[in-house]
Amino acid sequence: MYKIIKAEFIAPNVKSFILEAPHIAKKRQAGQFIILRVHDKGERIPITIADSNTEEGWINIIVQGLGKTSAHLNTLETGDYLQDLVGPLGLPTHIENWGTLVCMSGGVGTAEALPIAAAGKAAGNRVISIIGARNKDLIIAEDQMAEVVDEVRISTDDGSAGRHGLVTDVLQDLMDEGIKPDMIVAIGPLPMMAAVSNQTKEIGIPTMVSLNAIMVDGTGMCGACRATVGGKTVFVCVDGPEFDGHQVDFKELGSRQRMYKKQEEESHKCFLERQMKKMKAEQMKVEVTS
Amino acid sequence: MKRERPESFNTVPMKERMIIPRQDMPEQDALLRSTNFLEVNLGLTHEQAVFEAQRCIECKSPTCMDGCPVSIKIPDFIQLICKEDFVGAAKKIKEDNSLPAICGRVCPQETQCEEVCVMGKRFEPVAIGRLERFVADYSMQHGNGSQETFDKPASSGQKVAIVGSGPAGLAVASDLIKEGHEVTVFEALHEFGGVLVYGIPEFRLPKSILRKEVASLEDMGVKFVKNFIVGRTMTIQELMADEGYDAVFLGLGAGLPRFMNIPGENLNGVYSANEFLTRSNLMRGYEFPEWDTPLYRAKHAIIVGGGNTAMDAVRTAKRLGADEASIVYRRSEEEMPARNEEIHHAKEEGVKFMNLVNPIEFISDDQGSVVAAKCLRMELGEPDESGRRRPVPMEGSEFVMDVDMVVIAVGNGSNPLISQTTPEIETNKWGNIVADEDGRTSMDGVFAGGDIVSGGATVILAMGAGRKSAVAINEYLKAKVGS
Repeated sequence: MYKIIKAEFIAPNVKSFILEAPHIAKKRQAGQFIILRVHDKGERIPITIADSNTEEGWINIIVQGLGKTSAHLNTLETGDYLQDLVGPLGLPTHIENWGTLVCMSGGVGTAEALPIAAAGKAAGNRVISIIGARNKDLIIAEDQMAEVVDEVRISTDDGSAGRHGLVTDVLQDLMDEGIKPDMIVAIGPLPMMAAVSNQTKEIGIPTMVSLNAIMVDGTGMCGACRATVGGKTVFVCVDGPEFDGHQVDFKELGSRQRMYKKQEEESHKCFLERQMKKMKAEQMKVEVTS
Repeated sequence: MKRERPESFNTVPMKERMIIPRQDMPEQDALLRSTNFLEVNLGLTHEQAVFEAQRCIECKSPTCMDGCPVSIKIPDFIQLICKEDFVGAAKKIKEDNSLPAICGRVCPQETQCEEVCVMGKRFEPVAIGRLERFVADYSMQHGNGSQETFDKPASSGQKVAIVGSGPAGLAVASDLIKEGHEVTVFEALHEFGGVLVYGIPEFRLPKSILRKEVASLEDMGVKFVKNFIVGRTMTIQELMADEGYDAVFLGLGAGLPRFMNIPGENLNGVYSANEFLTRSNLMRGYEFPEWDTPLYRAKHAIIVGGGNTAMDAVRTAKRLGADEASIVYRRSEEEMPARNEEIHHAKEEGVKFMNLVNPIEFISDDQGSVVAAKCLRMELGEPDESGRRRPVPMEGSEFVMDVDMVVIAVGNGSNPLISQTTPEIETNKWGNIVADEDGRTSMDGVFAGGDIVSGGATVILAMGAGRKSAVAINEYLKAKVGS
């Protein structure tokens, strides 16, 4: 069992976990991920490591409660335990001094872009962060990002913070201001990474994306996470998770991510029903005792 | 090597032994079992086991042992069964094979010990595998676990790390703990057993049997660490330099599944056999949504391949409720690498065999899910380098069939993790680790065996390789103390 040292919501439905994991903390590099199971009948899900501390022996992950497993995970509190935790997995991000590096992130992807932005800065790049979110409340890690990069720009779908629009609009603004990025890193929901890759392909800026695929073992044994990159099949877990965005078949990956949509909805519904029952039972207890 | 013949306890006169029929394995009814995941084979009864043992004609120079990759003392344990000392018989097997309950179930005995049994020349061979399974199960239920066969040796003060808890790793662990070394097994997944837990289905090898075998190694003092990926969580160099391991054994297994490189292979509903079986076996997808991991329940499933893995996959698809579950194999049944018993069981359960057929493309609906397979009919031409006749497409034989799930079971490549993280260890062009007969790799103190060296093979061959490595590791450790 793996201890949760600290758990707290940092945005609506988005929780940050500090997990006791001395071995993983010692080895992990920017861009790598872990696989965890919440309980003994749970599925294995991959989550990118956002931060770690070797001396204190912990890693940090940020979880958005979307499906059954992430929703269940987000009910866990400080002091609770995870069933299983393994890592670090995947190849570390390739970092070099490109000149001007623009890190574009959406949703919880910002937490995952943070270590890459920091490593990019340490390698001597001028780093600009573009953070996108649906609205103001869903922007995470803005302050931490501001600490490590040269400049942070924000966009929201509803205009409640920063520029009204998408991260691609902000990139266009940068270009219009005469800033030419030498390298782009895009991390976030698939449609966002696809849109960025489309945009930068046209203007010829190398772009790296971090793919989130469905995985089981995460060590190359099963091939659940296969994607097509440059016309070739790759395993995201051992060949990635980072790839040249201009080469990725996003349409195929998008459809593969929806492979179990029906089952996931069924599973999520079962979970919510169980949670409701539990809450009702607790309510009844309170009523009886009071 | 000349061995002494074991004391005979067989009271049946020699001539009558040949009249006793080979005892059939009691099985779950085919129709019933094709709807559940309970074990198919139920195991011999006491009476059957004794009858079967009495069929042994006690050859002067028995050949059965030569057919066994780990040289189990077959004549000896058979006599103990005649004596009805079943626990003693299990003990005798355990001298050479730490996992008899598993090998009794999954070994291809018909091409090993039973193939060379002298009785088999004129009659049917003694059912050695069924006997092995019987005494192993008996001893699990009635014996005293492993303790009775094991006196704790003096500690050597030396530490061995075993990477991977599959058949090779478990065999090494069992041999080296008996030599007094401190043995730790590292496993990447959350359960121990490697292919025995993620690959072989419950209906062939119940997980409870595997857990008992692992627990008996734990009782002997072997330490097991799960969720630990050597190469990533800690490298081999760190294990040796920082954690004080004197030797390392790599029993990583085959790893990466092969695909066919045909259009449509990444469609939804197309699985590698590894993924399909892992979702079902390790993750218990067949109990979704009680268990969280989802799995397709197909109506028309095809499984491409003709090995044991393909049989496991097709029988799993059938049990998940497929109206039609078919094997699609490019050669004929004669060339199939699967065990006869598996093919036979699959047929009884209603699995359809489409031999001499090869898919060339998978076709999707507008959602990216597979809905059909385009195939060619094949005929057999001249033998290829494997000695089997090469399948050749028949002209104008293309046809399309409706399918809603495809499982590709055409073998595995090697896992790149160790070569990515430990370039010192030499690998060949297929990515397999290069090791000598005793498992020595190009890195001092590091040994390897099983599928990661040989490419995809069987459980017992991996165990055999593990046992050879264990001897070499023991010698290496002794020399290290002396130097």
